[in-house]
Amino acid sequence: MSKYLLKLFITGQTLRSAQAITNLNRICEKELAGMDCQVTIIDVLERPQLAEEEKILATPTLIRELPLPVRRIIGDLSDTKQVLLGLELPPQSAKRREQ
Amino acid sequence: MAITTPRSIEKLLTYIPGFDHITSGGLPKYRTTLVSGSAGSAKTIFAAQFLAAGIINAREKGIFLTFEESPDDIRSNLFSMGWDIETWEREGKWTFIDASLRPEEDPIISGNYDLGALLARIKYAVETYGADRISLDSLDSLFSRFSDRGTVRREMFRIVSALKKMQITAVMTAERDQEYGVISRYGVEEFVADNVIILRNALDAEKRRRTVEVLKFRGTIHKKGEHPFTVVPGAGLVVIAPSAIELTQQSLADRVTAGNDELDVMCGGGFFRDSVILVSGTTGTGKTLFTTEFIAGGLNSGERTLLFAYEESREQILRNISGLKGHFEEKEKEGKLKVVYQYPEVMSLEEHLISIKAMITEFKPGRIALDSISALQRVGAPKGFHEFVIGLAALLKTEQITGLFTSTTPALVGLSSVSEAHISPMTDTIILLRHVELNGQMRRALTMLKMRGSAHDSNIREFFIDASGLHIDKPFRNVKGILSGNSIQISPLELHE
Repeated sequence: MSKYLLKLFITGQTLRSAQAITNLNRICEKELAGMDCQVTIIDVLERPQLAEEEKILATPTLIRELPLPVRRIIGDLSDTKQVLLGLELPPQSAKRREQ
Repeated sequence: MAITTPRSIEKLLTYIPGFDHITSGGLPKYRTTLVSGSAGSAKTIFAAQFLAAGIINAREKGIFLTFEESPDDIRSNLFSMGWDIETWEREGKWTFIDASLRPEEDPIISGNYDLGALLARIKYAVETYGADRISLDSLDSLFSRFSDRGTVRREMFRIVSALKKMQITAVMTAERDQEYGVISRYGVEEFVADNVIILRNALDAEKRRRTVEVLKFRGTIHKKGEHPFTVVPGAGLVVIAPSAIELTQQSLADRVTAGNDELDVMCGGGFFRDSVILVSGTTGTGKTLFTTEFIAGGLNSGERTLLFAYEESREQILRNISGLKGHFEEKEKEGKLKVVYQYPEVMSLEEHLISIKAMITEFKPGRIALDSISALQRVGAPKGFHEFVIGLAALLKTEQITGLFTSTTPALVGLSSVSEAHISPMTDTIILLRHVELNGQMRRALTMLKMRGSAHDSNIREFFIDASGLHIDKPFRNVKGILSGNSIQISPLELHE
């Protein structure tokens, strides 16, 4: 079973930040169900040095640190198809068809 | 109704040579100025020099936000400009914010986003290291990475406002596709429209010509039009602003010797000290001899003298003046005379001007001679040459140096050249040397076409060259049409009519 290490960078408690968190939680529950999935949420207003270290420009930014290679997805994660593409996961519908 | 009086906008001296003059005191303080230019127009150098000059001259700290090149590339590329960025970083004077695109990374976009992290990083750098100046280079890379242009524009506007609030003066670069036309490719000027500077690198008569123009500075004054600049290794961008010195010149009434007694008499007692003299003649009329006599005259009256030779090497010059050779070599050893030989094509006209300027600052001469200024014309387009002459003449006037330029006229007899059309308005005194064909003989004629502010001999005089130098003789009395090249002898009968 592969381990998923995800970091979500947001800017403050905004509607967009809240949407990104909601979307990420939904994807984790549905698409990464049964996997070891660890999510860290980082607010760049509180911890700007982490944004500097990761050289992040846009928020929200989701970084998949594990499994390698590192992947980045920019945006509020509302486009699930793009998120799955970024995480290199087959869409849930395709998986169901396989079963 | 309350009437608000507009507050004048303060300016921040950039310390970029010449730039503060054309901007009437630098960039608007705590504002963002857009610097737009085509590819290769020295935008990145400008952005970096804005910070470097602040560090060197005013102990002002700077942040360099790079969207395009990596900090490593910038450090090594700009080292040749004489800026040791790495040391400044260690000393906390220069901070990089690296927003360059990493090759391994091509992020996927899902939904809406903003540039909140970038703004947070800028604020973090300002709070941690402090900053008086910031450069953002270049916005195009940002626009090409984030497809939602509306978002990028809105976010950049937010960043510009934040910089103003933090009281930081900013330079933002953007690329444009043409030298004349739309200000920038992505319409960046729409959100930083208050101040726009254009850098150009245009082809003019097959020569590259760099210019800088202040397109607009809202609510403050600046000089209009394009000003030539050059990029000098070890110094960066140098803007040539002739009008910087033109107005402050004061005319001196004291006279200096031309190095030839007869000529001094013709001038009414010598040249004015702060005047520019043009000696124009065809090849072989004695221009270089004229120059050496001018130099000898300076040396004999104890003036430091500088000669810029663009046609002959030092050895050739010394050989030609065999009589004065020992004297000149001795004066060179004493440090009273300096001969700078330069092949005109080795640099652009702007660089020549800067090198002459540097030499004058270093040597502090009382008089300089340039043999010949027409050789320099080969290097640049007419417009650039015109600016060079204005810049040089203005420099000599401010420094109160007597300057003698020689110019070669292409036609053996008669008419003057086009280059003189550019030179003559800038000169105070014009001396023409011409060949005259008379009775099957080539003879030499000299005349003073003008001498500003002084009575002078306006006759066309014959002159001879012998081992002891140049001798001015009697006027040609029975000849007309010497300057037009069609000399006709007039019979003595006609003269008496």
